[in-house]
Amino acid sequence: MVHWSAEEKQLITSLWSKVNVEECGAEALARLLIVYPWTQRFFSSFGNLSSPTAIIGNPKVRAHGKKVLTSFGEAVKNLDNIKSTYSKLSELHCEKLHVDPENFRLLGDILVIVLASHFTRDFTPSCQFAWQKLVSVVAHALARKYH
Amino acid sequence: RMFITYPQTKTYFPHFDLHHGSDQIRGHGKKVVTALGNAVKSLDNLSQALSELSSLHAYNLRVDPPSFALQLLSQCFQVVLAVHLGNDYTPEVHAAFDKFLSAVAAVLAEKYR
Repeated sequence: MVHWSAEEKQLITSLWSKVNVEECGAEALARLLIVYPWTQRFFSSFGNLSSPTAIIGNPKVRAHGKKVLTSFGEAVKNLDNIKSTYSKLSELHCEKLHVDPENFRLLGDILVIVLASHFTRDFTPSCQFAWQKLVSVVAHALARKYH
Repeated sequence: RMFITYPQTKTYFPHFDLHHGSDQIRGHGKKVVTALGNAVKSLDNLSQALSELSSLHAYNLRVDPPSFALQLLSQCFQVVLAVHLGNDYTPEVHAAFDKFLSAVAAVLAEKYR
């Protein structure tokens, strides 16, 4: 059971309320595919991923990024219950999608960098601490049902 | 940021004043970034340029596990770049920098065993 201090919860939820989920999600996923090109292996049906420009402009990447970050929003809404929130998704990522859980950590770190570039000075060290903790908990929850 | 975000990294600095903004942190941070600056100037020869630091990390500092702990600093460094550069920390710049910091970490871990 993860313990969240009141301050951590506040930092997470107040930042989240200012996040444009569609833009942020698209950017985070695009960056994952650009910075760690081997992750493109999971998206062979997405069409043109041949360059950073192609990836950033790819409508399937954008749509999927939005989907992924929207799901992240569920964690923010259920901070005290992240494990069960992601139970089904964990099974899906293991049994159907066959994603190495290391990729969850990579995407989490990228999301933090995207938030930092959007919020700049407002993304204080305390803010970073709370968010790195959150992405780590989510990554853990997604890896939990692997077998 | 590294000490705040990843408290386990403080274990390598028991002799430091680790309050945010301490002179020791500022001094040491500057030292690290200066070394990175030298690495930037020697991109095609990182192994040689960082050779002494590589020995230091392997035989004296023994940061453990090598890639993992250095990855934490890499993440924090990139967050600081993103905070300062905003949109100028584009995906392409991000990719290049992440690759660079990974390469530096790999060189620093080269002599571990």
